[in-house]
Amino acid sequence: MKWHRINALIIRHLYLYRRSLPRLMDILFWPTMDLLVWGFLSVYLDRLNLGNVNIISVLLGAVIFWGMLQQSQGSVSTTFLEDVWEKNFLNLFVTPLSIAEFLVATVFLVMIRVVAGLVVISVLAVIFYHFNIFVLGFAVLPFLLNLILFGCTLGFLITVIIFRFGTSAQILAFGFIFLIQPFSAVFYPLSALPKAVRYIGYCLPSTYVFEGMRELINQGTFHAMGSLYALLINILYLVLVIILFYTVRWTPEFGPAVKL
Amino acid sequence: MFVIETENLRKVFGTFAAVDGLSLQIEEGKITGLLGPNGAGKTTTIQMILDLITPTSGTIKIFGTEIKTHREEILNRVNFSSPYVALPTNLKVVENLKTFARLYGVKDINGKIADLVDFFSIKDLLPKMTSKLSTGQLTRVNLTKALLNDPKLLLLDEPTASLDPDIADRTRKLLKKIQSERNVTIVYTSHNMGEIEELCESVIFIHQGKVKDTGTPDELIKKYGRKDLNEVFLTIARGSDEVA
Repeated sequence: MKWHRINALIIRHLYLYRRSLPRLMDILFWPTMDLLVWGFLSVYLDRLNLGNVNIISVLLGAVIFWGMLQQSQGSVSTTFLEDVWEKNFLNLFVTPLSIAEFLVATVFLVMIRVVAGLVVISVLAVIFYHFNIFVLGFAVLPFLLNLILFGCTLGFLITVIIFRFGTSAQILAFGFIFLIQPFSAVFYPLSALPKAVRYIGYCLPSTYVFEGMRELINQGTFHAMGSLYALLINILYLVLVIILFYTVRWTPEFGPAVKL
Repeated sequence: MFVIETENLRKVFGTFAAVDGLSLQIEEGKITGLLGPNGAGKTTTIQMILDLITPTSGTIKIFGTEIKTHREEILNRVNFSSPYVALPTNLKVVENLKTFARLYGVKDINGKIADLVDFFSIKDLLPKMTSKLSTGQLTRVNLTKALLNDPKLLLLDEPTASLDPDIADRTRKLLKKIQSERNVTIVYTSHNMGEIEELCESVIFIHQGKVKDTGTPDELIKKYGRKDLNEVFLTIARGSDEVA
């Protein structure tokens, strides 16, 4: 793996962000809109005084963390689709660029986008709703790590599907994440789901993050085992997706670079 | 010495053999024309040489080593250009060139770009968006990109397609200059037999995924008893290959 090739891909994408308002909006505008809508709803529910639950913190925490997961998956998919739309894969893969370097560069770009989004949305949450996500302390780090990992894995899975089935599958890049939202217990506890459906939730790393976050906000305890489970499931899924990537790369039919 | 050697190369898509037992050798330092009608297997062969698709069977050696096992080492010394494979249009020309220079690990990126920009006379194009270039300008920028890594092997897929005669002629002159000044082996596909006669020292005819004939343009014209390479092409493509 060569850093100069990873660096080339990162800079190539940063060139685009430098002068593209729609791309910047993708990172900053939509998460801000989500924060405002859910923030006002939280304030309204808080005024109804529905119980002892800290509604503003629970809902805004969920919105911010969900935004990070969505941003991670979306960043992988958008980064990949930029080259699909520009039909640039053939140009890229006639160079010595390897699949591993391509994936690592994508992860770096995800980190850049997620950090930029997190900073803006966290500041806005403090300004508008006096909610500081970082009062959760060091627990924020394993939560974020698990969400970013899971978002990347989902993004890579969608990339593999587009590699294999062509551009007709690109719609998945924008809607796939919402398939897992109901099972991830983002805005409600897992116990709110029918028992049979909860098993799907147990298989998703995101569920442990959102359950853990609520536990931390409501009871002040950090469930380390939950984060560890999430990490192990994440690693398993990531390995499976990487294997899929290489399987598709060496498919005996058309290679993706030619097909896309 | 042969820069490219393939042996019994086969590529099957479903039940269709696009390349069917292709064995060829391409000599170092020459411009070799890879010719054949549409669907003959030229593009598939180039894609296998570039490791973009995997052969069903057979071997490909480039610079004496197999692409399957020495991909990085080989692709560092190879480049490719085709008018059908555009550079990202949402980047400026200079951004595109810098990106590809970084991908090839070019040491002095600005120096290398300055050198090639002079060679192709495209200095005024550098700050322009790639989407704003004319076809002729794009061809020159594509060729600039193709020389960023000082390739020893250059694969050109119909580089003059869709160019007007003036720009096509300039491009051919540039290619001759590249080959003579930089000692690059060039593999050239085209449907313009006139330019093949003008440019290529050696020609390989592919038909139905196999090598049908090889030689210099003059040798083939003489062998088939035709007046030019265009007639040789028609004879081979239409299947009546008996020598008149």
